[in-house]
Amino acid sequence: MSTDQNILVKLNDAGLQLNNKWLVKGVSLQVEKGEIVTLIGPNGSGKSTTAKIALGIYKKIDGSVEKYTNKVGYVPQKISIDWTLPLRVNDFMMLTESLNKDTIDEALSLTGVIHLKDKNLGDLSGGEFQRVLLARAISKKPDLLVLDEPVQGVDFTGEIALYELIKKISDELSCGILLISHDLHTVMSATDHVVCLNGHVCCSGSPMDVAKNNEYKALFGEQASQILSRYEHKHDHIHTDEGEIKKN
Amino acid sequence: MFDDFFIRALVAGIGVAFVTGPLGCFVIWRRLSYFGDTLAHSALLGVTLAFTMEFNIAISVFVISSIIALILIQLQKKTNLPGDALLGLLAHSSLAVGLVVIGFLTFIRFDIMGLLFGDILAVSVDDLLIIWIGGALILLVLKLIWKPLFASTVNYELAEAEGLNPDRAKAIFTILVAAIIAISIKMVGLLLITGMLIIPAAMARNLSSSPQSMVIYSIIGGLLSVIIGLFTSLEFNTSSGPSIITAALLLFILSLFKIKQTIKLKN
Repeated sequence: MSTDQNILVKLNDAGLQLNNKWLVKGVSLQVEKGEIVTLIGPNGSGKSTTAKIALGIYKKIDGSVEKYTNKVGYVPQKISIDWTLPLRVNDFMMLTESLNKDTIDEALSLTGVIHLKDKNLGDLSGGEFQRVLLARAISKKPDLLVLDEPVQGVDFTGEIALYELIKKISDELSCGILLISHDLHTVMSATDHVVCLNGHVCCSGSPMDVAKNNEYKALFGEQASQILSRYEHKHDHIHTDEGEIKKN
Repeated sequence: MFDDFFIRALVAGIGVAFVTGPLGCFVIWRRLSYFGDTLAHSALLGVTLAFTMEFNIAISVFVISSIIALILIQLQKKTNLPGDALLGLLAHSSLAVGLVVIGFLTFIRFDIMGLLFGDILAVSVDDLLIIWIGGALILLVLKLIWKPLFASTVNYELAEAEGLNPDRAKAIFTILVAAIIAISIKMVGLLLITGMLIIPAAMARNLSSSPQSMVIYSIIGGLLSVIIGLFTSLEFNTSSGPSIITAALLLFILSLFKIKQTIKLKN
């Protein structure tokens, strides 16, 4: 159990109601320095909403969110850019913070898109744009990274490389990462803590704990459970046979 | 030096162009053309109030336009009407109310044409001060809010998530638009102010590949429009506003040839 000083963001029983419908309800979670917390869940289960609550994008929420840092990097799931703006990759990199050339070049090199630096943002392919988004988020060396399906549209080899990069960033910058992903294989190997959402927190804990959880099995099926179990050897902790998972 | 009305008009117009350049870019980027128009229409009400109370026109217009902008923001929150309907509602009702009030002011002789389309004879030394000091203030504030405003123009959620407070930047920008309308109303006239904001910026979009270059081209386009327009106005005795906007339109048409070339190069 780490001390409170390591907490970057903390959601206390947070939820969001829109037009009398709960998008997500009763979410409690926290992200600490150097930790990767992954949100999983089916479509419409409130993953992106939870991420946006953590970021403070929604103002009228239930419960509370405590954010202990302002150095945040965000890769949204959907981003619509207005093409009436003449915007090159280089301009986009400095969108929320002024950075020097070396920092920008380094980040773009890490995600493998340095050659696109002077290209117009509108001319990029989906995968290229995704890499630029990730580069922008990491370039400011944030304390907290919120990555909402950061590798969508990226080719298969690139996907693995980018997840390795995310893990490396988490270790090197010791920043906390809130990750949303559908790819259980790749993600779980690196994740410290999994929160499984389905409109509410259906279970949470280490990947192993979650894999054994019955609600998780009901939601994702037996196969998904086996995927998680494969990473058993990577976690050297003991499991109790709890039905409900409590936070450690 | 400022004894000559034409020199005054030229200096005023140049001051206006420096401010409409960058503001116009944001008006285009944020799709606020009709918002600018609405504020401009409401300016008539501001002008009539200024006459009734013998108050400074620029300040009165600024206050009324800001109030209309606030009302618009409230209506957007409280009603289910689409944004363009609300804009039309406010634009025409404030124009109508302004004209009705003018009808009551029989004791004042109004140059309505000058009000609607600009009148270079009307620019006084006081107006020059208002334009240059007000303009400098607008540019200074715009520079201060540039980062959050630009970031939220590209993507609101990114700006909000990364702590830039885009709502505040947006509110301040709204006030800046009201302010530029207030200071440029005598030059361009209230029906054509939005043109002064949009057309040079639209021309600049055709020529530029980065936000900064678009702002610079937009200023240059505005300056050329003012200079060409005012000389035409002097030469052919046309209203200053329409002359300036026509010059801006010509520059825009010229800029279309540049796009054609770039598209050819791409293919």
